[in-house]
Amino acid sequence: MAIEVQEVNKRFGDFVALEDVSITVGDGALTALLGPSGSGKSTLLRIIAGLETPDSGDVVIDGHAVTHAPARTRGVGFVFQHYAPFKHMTVQDNVAFGLSVRKRPKDEIRARVHELLALVRLDGLAARYPSQLSGGQLQRMALARALAVQPQVLLLDEPFGALDAQVRAELREWLRRLHEEIHVTTIFVTHDQEEAMEVAEQIVVMNHGRIEQAGTPRDLYERPGNEFVMSFIGPVNRLGDAFVRPHDIQILSESDGTGTEALVERVVHLGFEVRVELKLHDGRELWAQVTREAAAELELREGQILSVRLPAPRVFAT
Amino acid sequence: MSSSAPGSLAVAGATGARAAGSQRPAPRPAVQGARASRRRRWTVRAIALAYVALLLLGPVAMIFYRTFEHGITPVLNAATTPSAAHAFWLSLEIVAIAVPLNTVFGIGMALLLERGRFRGKTVLGLLIDLPFAISPVVVGLSLVLVYGKTGWLGDWLAEHGIQVIFSVPGMVIATAVVSLPFVVRETMPVLRELGVDGEQAAETLGASAWQTFWRITLPGIRWGVVYGVVLTTARALGEFGAVSIVSGRIEEQTQTLPLYVQDRFENFDATGAYTAAVVLALLALATLLAMNLLARRTRRRTQV
Repeated sequence: MAIEVQEVNKRFGDFVALEDVSITVGDGALTALLGPSGSGKSTLLRIIAGLETPDSGDVVIDGHAVTHAPARTRGVGFVFQHYAPFKHMTVQDNVAFGLSVRKRPKDEIRARVHELLALVRLDGLAARYPSQLSGGQLQRMALARALAVQPQVLLLDEPFGALDAQVRAELREWLRRLHEEIHVTTIFVTHDQEEAMEVAEQIVVMNHGRIEQAGTPRDLYERPGNEFVMSFIGPVNRLGDAFVRPHDIQILSESDGTGTEALVERVVHLGFEVRVELKLHDGRELWAQVTREAAAELELREGQILSVRLPAPRVFAT
Repeated sequence: MSSSAPGSLAVAGATGARAAGSQRPAPRPAVQGARASRRRRWTVRAIALAYVALLLLGPVAMIFYRTFEHGITPVLNAATTPSAAHAFWLSLEIVAIAVPLNTVFGIGMALLLERGRFRGKTVLGLLIDLPFAISPVVVGLSLVLVYGKTGWLGDWLAEHGIQVIFSVPGMVIATAVVSLPFVVRETMPVLRELGVDGEQAAETLGASAWQTFWRITLPGIRWGVVYGVVLTTARALGEFGAVSIVSGRIEEQTQTLPLYVQDRFENFDATGAYTAAVVLALLALATLLAMNLLARRTRRRTQV
């Protein structure tokens, strides 16, 4: 179901959490709310879910204004940052909760819980308690619990924030595949641009309670609308008011007079990628990203003086 | 750049710690230190044990000893006199009314103080603790001033044929007042620790406020509540001062077990007094035991 947020404002005391925020999320889309902490992304998610009420503005889900409707009537599945497991219930009772408060028949509940636990690959752990699960398993249980009531919209607050790197990568991939399978309109909050780029079809970049830019990952990377988006998404070198992507810097094998002279301060090998830290002749520092092959060909080493060609830098009006 | 910096810092930190470790003094003084700390530990334990023994275990053991000094028959006789039996049942009756009242009120008040946002919350929180601070005798006197014959509500109560002072309703009120803070104070920290995430999750899953309370909040705070109930029960059973004043101490009418103990003691009926005291102690023990069994069983079931 499509979600529309219209000119929403929210303050907590003196703190402005959201300022004139409007977003549109298409039916079945997978959207990321991306921003640093305190940017208002979680507040926006909670307002869509009905866990907070906006001071002004509207929330429209599937054409119905739900701004003042209680959370339980919105048909929204919410996965909390720390999963909010019901600790006194088994995994299957956790997943069954939404159906059981709706007083569905026992057989139906059992069948649905079984199906969901298979979907999130927790079949063998149905009788366990949350305290006996790992972080990744808790996350999947929370997801199954939210999906049990067949929500129109799935909202996830920092879904992978509390997990270690490997489990994170696995769950990201899995969430994307799950979304392809069940196609429920999904919004997730993250502060990790790589996660947003990898998982989402659309990214909404937020900062200081405002929306900086919304678009596809590629759009945002290639055509950032402002300084913040440019520096938040993807690596960047700042040269005064201008910005340069590290992979746009060309290191020349021979000085042909068109380049700028630079001193190699440090060469960092990161596998396929090699990071070259440079100091320009005028003292400005920046780093370039080259492939392993290119680095080998250029025989890069610290202390070397070479010639680089800078792309046309991007400057944003402030 | 930023990812490599903390890593190298951590390595430096580890080497630093190892270097410091190798410079530690030789192991002999360490052994001496261990011996000294063991001695200190034993001293602390002995003091704690002596304190408890002198103040609690000794006196209670003496009561048991003096009660059963002349065998079981006089004890059984003393325990089954009509006045003793009446006092026993009256005490249970008061507990059976005052404790559920304070439990329901206590949970509600804890929710209000912990989750509510309103003016005067701090003042209300302080008021809740007042029964802890005020002497029970003062509580009893103040109740007489309100509900007694010449009290505020005295005329109105008399007109409607309700007697509060010198009868069971007054004793229930007095008991409820002095044991009021326990459930509130035991529940509040557990409620805080539980947080609101679970309740909000239940709400997004379609649960009503009532369903959320019964299925998520209450199970989450049950240990706080149970502990509060046990303390309330113990306090209600043992209450003397406030109840003594509002009851009028009429034998076989308004005499609870603690009042009965006092009455027997004043009338030089040592066996009667000791027997009732033992019954009181056993009731308290039973309450503690019940809580422990309950706690162990549910904990094993939920593994939390």
